[in-house]
Amino acid sequence: MTRPSTDTVWEWLDAVPDPEIPVISVVDLGIVRGVAWRGETLEVAVTPTYSGCPATSVIALDIETALRDRGIADVAVTRQLSPAWTTDWLSEKGRAKLEDYGIAPPRPAGGPERCPLCHGVDLHRISRFGSTPCKAQWRCADCLEPFDYFKCL
Amino acid sequence: MSGSAPVDGAVGPEGDTRFEYLLRLGDNALVLGHRLSEWCGRGPVLEEDIALANTALDLIGGAQMWLGYAAEVEGSGRSADDLAFLRDVWDFRNLLLVERPNGDFGHTMMRQFLFDAFHVPLLGALSGSADPRIAEIAEKASKEARYHLERSAETVVALGDGTEESHARMQAALDALWPYAGEMLRADAVDEAIAAAGLGADPATLAPGWERTVRATLDEATLAVPEGDFAHTGGKSGARHSEHLGPMLAQMQWLQRAYPGASW
Repeated sequence: MTRPSTDTVWEWLDAVPDPEIPVISVVDLGIVRGVAWRGETLEVAVTPTYSGCPATSVIALDIETALRDRGIADVAVTRQLSPAWTTDWLSEKGRAKLEDYGIAPPRPAGGPERCPLCHGVDLHRISRFGSTPCKAQWRCADCLEPFDYFKCL
Repeated sequence: MSGSAPVDGAVGPEGDTRFEYLLRLGDNALVLGHRLSEWCGRGPVLEEDIALANTALDLIGGAQMWLGYAAEVEGSGRSADDLAFLRDVWDFRNLLLVERPNGDFGHTMMRQFLFDAFHVPLLGALSGSADPRIAEIAEKASKEARYHLERSAETVVALGDGTEESHARMQAALDALWPYAGEMLRADAVDEAIAAAGLGADPATLAPGWERTVRATLDEATLAVPEGDFAHTGGKSGARHSEHLGPMLAQMQWLQRAYPGASW
């Protein structure tokens, strides 16, 4: 088999969903930090979102599986800690998909810009933490619905 | 590793000092993380339950990184899991503060706040460590620790400046935990050797920042800072852990002890 270019590999990785938020890909999330061939080995550097996030090992496995399914036998997923992951690395596409899915995307101001459901702006924080390490819980006073906010990190 | 407890502040040769210091960082995160996980399913409200579990997760993630590096530095083939699950009380190097039992929710949050106010500047200083591995782990953990501090400080203020009942409980928690804060802020020979080598921070240099954060928050929480600077010591040196660490480890380690090598 001819060796696929790293650009092709990036495209393939952009089809690997985040296990917790399947509407965005691991590339959208900004955790794939590098793709390179070293000899016959394809090296993929991945950085964790939160240091204790249980999805991290699942993500590494999903990436490996996806690339093996494409016919790449020799894959090495490595962990890269520095520079530390930041929500600034979320892609624009990823941010839009998050909002469509009902999760308000992160903002440096520290809270959601608008309710992802009704676009209301009278918002109240319920808790700094949510169902996964990367989310907080908010509520919209207009539609009265609670929603997830992707924490800014 | 020998099973005998060293005297306060004992230092071995160079490599051992770094191992010792990494154990302190890892064990603080591990023991506090486990303590917080004891709340899982028992929090006063669902949101707080989730918040405590999330904080525990961050800390245990940090412990994995610190202990993983400690095991590499030690170089005797042990893993982070071996260090977490197969050491006994006298080999742990965590602060006495973090092994204190949870008490009520306010007590847990006061313990968390006193630690977070130290953890944030500590990790900030370690981000500039001459050891790049220490620096990168600290950089990662420090973003999470800042979030922990925002929340624990906010909760201390809400409960301290809350009802008569919550205020009384927070004051009682502060009075009970205060004598355990001093150990964080006083350097011993390991801290000094690590600081001199540019690897870590001398806790004494972090004390003024800690004190500013703590006094400002407690003031806002209408809580009275206890007088006196008596401090229990012996946690980070391993010389005198309290009677509470053993039962906690029994709970945390029983599976690996009963079924060695078990995994899923």
